[in-house]
Amino acid sequence: MKFAIVVFPGSNCDADCFHIAKDLLGCEAGYVWHKETDLKGADAVILPGGFAYGDYLRAGALARFSPVMDSVAEFARAGGPVLGICNGFQVLLEAGLLPGAVRPNKTLRYICRDIFMRVESSDTAFTRLYEPGQIVKMPIGHGEGNYTAPPETMEELRRERRVVFRYCDEQGRVNEAGNPNGAAENIAGIANREGNVVGLMPHPDRCSEGLLGNDVGRKMFESVVTALAAR
Amino acid sequence: MITPELVTEHNLSSDEYERILKILGREPNLVELGIFSAMWSEHCSYKSSRVHLKKLPTSGPRVIQGPGENAGIVDIGDGLAAAFKMESHNHPSFIEPYQGAATGVGGILRDIFTMGARPVASLDSLRFGALSAPRMKHLVDGVVRGIAGYGNCMGIPTVAGETTFHPAYNGNILVNVMNVGIVAKDRIFKGRAEGSGNPVVYVGSKTGRDGIHGATMASEEFAGDETKQKKPTVQVGDPFTEKLLLEACLELFETDAVVGIQDMGAAGLTSSAFEMAGRAGSGVELDLSKVPVREAGMSPYEIMLSESQERMLLVARRDRLDRVFEIFRKWDLDAAEIGRVTDSGRVVLFFEGKIVADLPAEPLSAEAPLYDRPRSAPRPLAPPRWPSEPEPPDYGDSLRRILASPNVAEKSWIWTQYDHMVGTNTVERPGGDAALVRVKGTKKALALKSEVNPFFCALDPYRGAGIAVAEAARSIACTGARPLAITDCLNFGNPEKPEVMGQFEAAVRGLSDACRSLEIPVVSGNVSFYNETDGRAIPPTPTVGMVGLLGDVEKRLRVPFRRQGDVIAQLGESRDELGGSEFLRVVRSRDEGPCPELDLEGEKRLIELLLALADGGSLASAHDLSEGGLGVAAAECAMKSGLGAEIRLDSGLRPSSLLFGETTGRALVSFGAEMEGRVREAAGKTGVAFQPIGRVGGERLTFSIGSRTLIDESVASLQALWTSSFAHAMEAADVL
Repeated sequence: MKFAIVVFPGSNCDADCFHIAKDLLGCEAGYVWHKETDLKGADAVILPGGFAYGDYLRAGALARFSPVMDSVAEFARAGGPVLGICNGFQVLLEAGLLPGAVRPNKTLRYICRDIFMRVESSDTAFTRLYEPGQIVKMPIGHGEGNYTAPPETMEELRRERRVVFRYCDEQGRVNEAGNPNGAAENIAGIANREGNVVGLMPHPDRCSEGLLGNDVGRKMFESVVTALAAR
Repeated sequence: MITPELVTEHNLSSDEYERILKILGREPNLVELGIFSAMWSEHCSYKSSRVHLKKLPTSGPRVIQGPGENAGIVDIGDGLAAAFKMESHNHPSFIEPYQGAATGVGGILRDIFTMGARPVASLDSLRFGALSAPRMKHLVDGVVRGIAGYGNCMGIPTVAGETTFHPAYNGNILVNVMNVGIVAKDRIFKGRAEGSGNPVVYVGSKTGRDGIHGATMASEEFAGDETKQKKPTVQVGDPFTEKLLLEACLELFETDAVVGIQDMGAAGLTSSAFEMAGRAGSGVELDLSKVPVREAGMSPYEIMLSESQERMLLVARRDRLDRVFEIFRKWDLDAAEIGRVTDSGRVVLFFEGKIVADLPAEPLSAEAPLYDRPRSAPRPLAPPRWPSEPEPPDYGDSLRRILASPNVAEKSWIWTQYDHMVGTNTVERPGGDAALVRVKGTKKALALKSEVNPFFCALDPYRGAGIAVAEAARSIACTGARPLAITDCLNFGNPEKPEVMGQFEAAVRGLSDACRSLEIPVVSGNVSFYNETDGRAIPPTPTVGMVGLLGDVEKRLRVPFRRQGDVIAQLGESRDELGGSEFLRVVRSRDEGPCPELDLEGEKRLIELLLALADGGSLASAHDLSEGGLGVAAAECAMKSGLGAEIRLDSGLRPSSLLFGETTGRALVSFGAEMEGRVREAAGKTGVAFQPIGRVGGERLTFSIGSRTLIDESVASLQALWTSSFAHAMEAADVL
């Protein structure tokens, strides 16, 4: 089992994802520089958090033009599992691998803290080890996480059960109080139709070991390892 | 032709100009005058402070690099070392808070990674005026956004800090930023231009006209409406470029191509070129026509004095130069060979084929002016009125008012804007006694804390500075970590005033005595003078940034109470000391002394006791007693855990001193009842006063003396007040 972790200029959670894949899960892991096009035989691809191209113009707007993104798109089309975390999610949106866009948080401030979210779908490559309806606590760290999409896309996401996580309060109620950034319908993460491409604003990479006080995020990485092992 | 007016404009005295004439044996040209002006500015030369700084203890068994380099370095075992430094960016932040604070972060990060270290954590120590003062909310908002904007993009977590508000900072806010990096002990790089013939390479952003004479600006007072006029001297930061520069440099350090490297901070290319040649006893020749510039027509004067951000100067091995260019090309950064190392002892600058400056390298720093400026004793303070005043009618109300005050209220409004988790090493997040950052690949963690109580320093700079060291050490010991070393950031008024110089000398002596006594060396630091507006100086503010080491991260201690029924005990004794307390300021609206006493031997014993108890696994929680005294400390342990506590005090002291006095040398701990004997015995052995004062339990926080209840408050309501007050204060009014 081998993870490829894409490194854009300005990625800054690349080493955190590498640490999980390699040190915590004992998988193979390798970085892929954004100017490269060879995913080096990876079984799963992670687009990590950070500020690719400084988030200049718009988060993810420049990164989508990096040569590596053609390879990532091809990998995804062939059914390969792709996870976009935070800035990686923004890149997936800009690249059209997932629908919709994110706007600046409703508070117009960067927010770094724990939030709660409800698992809406365990039917993706990265969530199969969660129970549907499970409430998970995860940290966020972003200035632009306010998800939005045209009404027909929102309808499609609902109909195809492609919303993977929704922000909620501690009791699991999907409401305004539990929504940190103003995201439409409290959307924290979504998947493509096939469930092999998943993007989310919260950081499973920041809650994957007990030492950090929370390891619920580790299941996202373990999900894909389990799925690929079963294949 | 250098006129006396030109000399004055360059902030040089006539004596200093005479000295220049003597060094050169001729009149300098304008470029050379600009270089002298920058190198001899207070900011770069430490001309008023050096005689005093020499007294600080700077060595110790773990010290690998003391003051004089880009950062200090201490050994943390496992072949690793921690590089750290704190710096001020006060003047620019008052003029333009976002860019001022952002470039402050950028500058300190470069100081760390230029030594070969990967930055792992930042801290911010901020002083603002009253929130009601003009522009103040705008300044708070801008500074916080600036630190966030730069640090978050760089992917360096901001894990700890402190923020104080007082009208004495209305005209001069303080923005002190610290960074800590980790470096392999055998891969440390220094700012030395060695090896005659080696190429001098410029890397990073292009040079623009921003920040020319920034170092000189930081060496002047503000007057009247100068904040507007000075705007062009504030630099603009680009964290994205710095992130690329960081990664490119660290990649380059993995090769054997680098001989020496230094960031272009204050006084830009001037200070990096002169310091690198000066340290190595070599010389350099630079062709300024080859410096990458942002706009055409920049003069040699502007190129030498620009403080454009995100630039580095490095000396490479001649035969490995290709590798340098290859790595910088990969990261899409400018890199240009702009000169070479010589053995002439001179810095010679060319521009368009002509020599535009030819100066001796070492004398510019070694023969910089050195002043032992006149000092005067502080003016005697009026005797305090509090000792003869009646007690407050309602201690619960006093506690609530203190918890809601901007100095004590929880500051998550600030630190949730900072990415404090990136890097996945933040074991103890902001808001505890000290942040804990684990060191991947080891069992260890670094404990990080910045600290100074400026109210104590205003009352007594000697003792206040000593208390800053003691309090930081105590906070670090409360996590179970051993204090290793400090960096200091000394913020004062105009050193040409005897009273300010008196404060400075006393504070440095205070730091020095405390550091010697606690065996905590000073490995790096920064001095910021001229924090005055219209003749009013800030209170002496010697900020201490401390690094501690926790050998086994699993043995860490935290602030919150852990279990119902645990015994609560106070370590160390309370005295009748309300002077300088938050209680006096908030409840009595008064700044009065005297400054609490400092018993360094007692502090040392308390630290050893805390470390022994943590190592033995005897404690469930530990919290340092500081601002707001026992009342606030106990409330914090309760509010952070959601557990109540019943505290019974037995003392003849006035209740307000018992509850809110800020006597030093104390900590609040909790432990299972079965541990009481062990804790008591350990305290007895180390000679620290041990008083069991209550139990964890219920949902209320109560304090009583005998049968008299002093405080009885719901923890949930205290928590709501404490966590919401600062955000309310910031959001109540129009920030801009």
